[in-house]
Formats: sequence, C-alpha cells, structure tokens
Amino acid sequence: MKKEDVPQDESNLASANFREMLYAVDDDGKYTTSLSTGWDPKKIALDNAIKEIEERVNHAKNRVLNNETSPIEYYMEVHKMDLPVLASYMGLWQWRVKRHFKPSVFKKLNQKTLQKYADVFDISIEQLKSIDD
Amino acid sequence: MTENLKIDFAHNQSAHCENGVVSNLMKHNGFQISEPMVFGIGSGLLFSYLPFLKVNYAPVFTYRSMPGFIFNKFAKRTGIKMKREKFKNPKKAQERLDQNLAKNNPVGLQVGVYNLVYFPDEYRFHFNAHNMVVYGKQGDRYLISDPVMEAVTSLSIKELEKVRFAKGAFAPKGHMYYPISFPETLELKTAIVKGIKQTARDMTAPVPIVGVKAMRWVAKNIRKWPMKLGPKKANHYLGQIVRMQEEIGTGGGGFRYIYAAFLQEASTLLGNPKLMELSKEMTSIGDAWRDFAVDASRIYKNRNSKSSGYEDVAIQLEVLADREEHFFKTLKKAV
Repeated sequence: MKKEDVPQDESNLASANFREMLYAVDDDGKYTTSLSTGWDPKKIALDNAIKEIEERVNHAKNRVLNNETSPIEYYMEVHKMDLPVLASYMGLWQWRVKRHFKPSVFKKLNQKTLQKYADVFDISIEQLKSIDD
Repeated sequence: MTENLKIDFAHNQSAHCENGVVSNLMKHNGFQISEPMVFGIGSGLLFSYLPFLKVNYAPVFTYRSMPGFIFNKFAKRTGIKMKREKFKNPKKAQERLDQNLAKNNPVGLQVGVYNLVYFPDEYRFHFNAHNMVVYGKQGDRYLISDPVMEAVTSLSIKELEKVRFAKGAFAPKGHMYYPISFPETLELKTAIVKGIKQTARDMTAPVPIVGVKAMRWVAKNIRKWPMKLGPKKANHYLGQIVRMQEEIGTGGGGFRYIYAAFLQEASTLLGNPKLMELSKEMTSIGDAWRDFAVDASRIYKNRNSKSSGYEDVAIQLEVLADREEHFFKTLKKAV
C-alpha cells in the first residue's frame, strides 16, 4: 500500500478521537508510517458485529419477558459475553451458570450469588432482577 | 498517600500493541529497535484457524502468534533477560507494579480490552491479549502508554485492576513483564535470520491449523458456510475473518505490511538485496489481503445470500495461500 492510499474513511474511532497507525510505502518505495481515521470494510464488519449483538440482546430481552430465561442471560448479552466468559467471571462451571438462566432456579438464588452477578455486571441486585433500562 | 511518580518514558504509537510495547521498552533502555524489527525477530506473522474455539459466537482466525510469544522469542534471540509475573491476588499485583514504578522501571502489562474505558465503546470486546506500558502514578491514577493510541492516557487504580484481572480466554491474571538485563550489543543479525526461518517454517508447516494449509482449509469452509449455516451465520463468520484481519492493533493485511517493513530493514542490516525484493512481494500480498477484505465486506453488507460471492472470496484466499507458500519457500532460501 502506498502512503497516499492509506484510507481516511469515517469510522467509530472518531468517537474517541483517535487514529490508528499503518505501515505504507512512500514515493521512493521506502516503508514509513501513516495515520488512518478508518477504513470502510472494517467499519462494515464492526457495524455488522454490533448489529448482531443488538439482535442477541433484544432476543434475550423478549425471552426474559416471556419467562423463558432469567435476566442473567440478558445482562450477559448486554455485556457482549458468552457462557464461557461469564462462567469465568463468576468462577463457576458453565453448566451452573446455564442453570441460573432458568427462571425458576433464578428465583431461588441466594443473596451472595445474586450479588456476585450484580458485581460482574456492575449493577445493583434490584437492577439484576428486572430488565428495565 | 499521594504519589507523584512520572518516569521519563517516550510514547511512540505503533500498529500493533505487543510489538509497540517491546519497541518502546527497548528504546527506553537505550536500544533503537523499531516495531517491524520486533515483529520480524519475534516471528509475529502467522495465520491460524481454530474452528473448535469460538469467540463472539464465531470461530477464531488469527493472523499473528500467541500473546506474549513475540516478546519471548525476541528476547531469547537477542539475548535479553525478561522478568514476567502473574498474580492471583490483585492487591499483590498492584504492590509489585508500584514497587517497579518507584524503582523508575516502566513495565509492560497484558490487559483485557472490554473495560478499557478510553477505547471507543464499539471496540470493547472480551479480548484479553492487549498490551500497554505503565510509566507512572499520579494520585490515584496510573499513567498509561498504550501503543495503539496516538497519545498517552491514564486509568484509575480500580480501572487498571479491572483490565489486569479480566476473565475469559487468555485471562491476563495481572501479567506484568519487563526486561531485566541486556547484552553489551544486541545480536541482531543472527536474531533476524532465526526469526525469518521460523516464520517461513511455520507458514509452510504440514499442519492443517497453521500457515498456508490453514488458509486453504478456511477457503474450503467458506464455500460450505452458506449452505451449512445459512446466510446470516455465514455472513457473521465472514465478518469475523475481516475483523480479526483489520481490527485495531491486529490487522492481517496490516501485519503483512509490518512484515514487509521488517524485510526492508533486515535487507539493509544484513546487506542482502534479495530481502528488498521479497519486501516488495510481501507488500503486494498485503494489498491482496486488503482486496480480500473489501470483497468479503461487500458480501455481508449487501446481505447477499448468493453463494457466488463466497466462491469468489474462497478463490481469493486460495490464491493468497499459493502466493504465501511460494513466498515463504523463497524467503527460507534467501537467508
């Protein structure tokens, strides 16, 4: 890639006011570095991934409202986690976390476990029990 | 206790975090080592496909070696001694960090990205192989040199603890590292040759999950995805390839350019004109990787369920595999 071809497309980087560095060749064919504000294919890929997560969050929300899962699964999706990541934060086996997705099991969870989930999601126990924003 | 500790540390932005941390720590210790040199000597370039390991609900594709690998190999090949520590107890981890800062020693840290507050929200995923340098502490804030950022930044004690003790795959466990002793002169020439040989060997290894063989395997799977997974999931997987290729601080096409820059520098240092020619070829391969990203992103932008698009990018990937196979076989003989 030539230095003048380093893409300067719009991207989500602008929100944090930074540019990333790339290696590119100058007119004499020598390598140098250049800053880029973003590149469309990357933005498309990232937007796509974000959209995917939003869909997952909405789906989980509906399932909580239909009493098909507990708010834990909803907050897991909100925090872009999956089961292995959440289980790792909780220090529990994955099957145990999965069990806590059952509304009937969730209702019977003790304060200590609830508090631990609340801490992982950085919310209060009250917030953990409801899914209102 | 109020502390006001600021080590005189020069922040240089880099394309990739681990190279950048190593390069900046080397410069701090009086050795002018560029980012590409770290990357090349540390054999950072790779391609690997781990279909059995899922991140963000898609298989893992990586264009670089394992976290920490680059620094390890770089140190070993240049004769530097490193100290690395991991911790169970966050308080202990903070104590050790403070002790080093008090001794005027900036340290490298492995951290998770999800709670890195200065990153744009959209970029904050559960990715635990990011690297930064801590070079001071003022009041309750640590001074941070994050090599992918343009300028230095800072994190509160609590914020730093959170990223040092992020959980999930490659959990950093407070991982802290820094060089403790250096040889009189760095053995760059032999180190460069060793670095090149290993990359050439790994990229052409007869193993399905690494190097050009892995690229061909991915190409084969791309063809199957639309039928096997449906357009939605197939697009998601394809997006993952591009994101792993071109995200902040990673970059597959990006890595190929860093490697080309390394070959150029190595050509001058070793007085080997063949490496200069190979650098040009690597640049051209990097361009082809970017074309691949453009075409792949077009497929999922249009939510195109026609499998002809998948066929096209699969072919592109196979061509890339052929080019890289030829490239690394030639490179191996050139040093």
